[in-house]
Amino acid sequence: MSVEIILFFVFSVCTLAGASLVIFAKSPLTSAMSLVATFFFLAGIYVLLFAHAIAALQIMVYAGAVMVLFLLVIMLLPLKDAPPPLRLSPARWIGALSSATVLSILIYASLQWHNSLETNTTGQNALMYFGNLEDIGISIYTQWLFPFEALSLLLLAAILGAVVIAKKRI
Amino acid sequence: MIPVTACLLLSAMLFCLGMLGFLLRKNALIVFMSVELMLNAANLAFIGFARVHGDITGHVSVFFVIAVAAAEAAVGLAIIIALYRNRKTLDVDEVRFMKH
Repeated sequence: MSVEIILFFVFSVCTLAGASLVIFAKSPLTSAMSLVATFFFLAGIYVLLFAHAIAALQIMVYAGAVMVLFLLVIMLLPLKDAPPPLRLSPARWIGALSSATVLSILIYASLQWHNSLETNTTGQNALMYFGNLEDIGISIYTQWLFPFEALSLLLLAAILGAVVIAKKRI
Repeated sequence: MIPVTACLLLSAMLFCLGMLGFLLRKNALIVFMSVELMLNAANLAFIGFARVHGDITGHVSVFFVIAVAAAEAAVGLAIIIALYRNRKTLDVDEVRFMKH
């Protein structure tokens, strides 16, 4: 068993533990902090999968920007600690059951999937340079230029929308 | 090399944990965090497939997903603040004034 696999296993367990803590924690602050931890462990998994640029983005945008926004909102609002409800209403029972169903379907589907391309992927030499920022930049600025520009427009609209919605008097 | 099946299994579990939190919790903020978890599960699947196919397009998709998630977080948290200001609650069960 290589170091890669062991690290992947460790990061996976930590990610799942963090995600469970997000859902089952009493205080929203604990949830937010364990979500930050989950994002960091996911970034570690991305590095193991040769997605270095995406891992850096994940830490900067998710663990940095988005989670600071979350923490700011948690500080702004006087929140009470509330554990997940122990006595579930029928709607929540249906929710839990459907999520278990989706999990079993997804696990079945992933076990069924087998890669026909796995034998003829690019060699180790090409994989050394796979996933660096240069490749992603070339792809974004040539093939995906229009979606990229649309995305900048979306971000502008989101800035304006957030200001308008959160303002006291519109 | 990490087997892509392991990636897919982890992604499936993460997605279903997010879905569980989305459906079970009452606090709107935690519901929102669960959505972020589900988005990250999708990202993980994208990156696993990008790795096994040696195709950079998966990474580009993840880039777009991260940007959309940032926009979504900004607007969603603004909505949560507006909700609290108007209704003094974050319980998603009590917010039903758009139902009728």
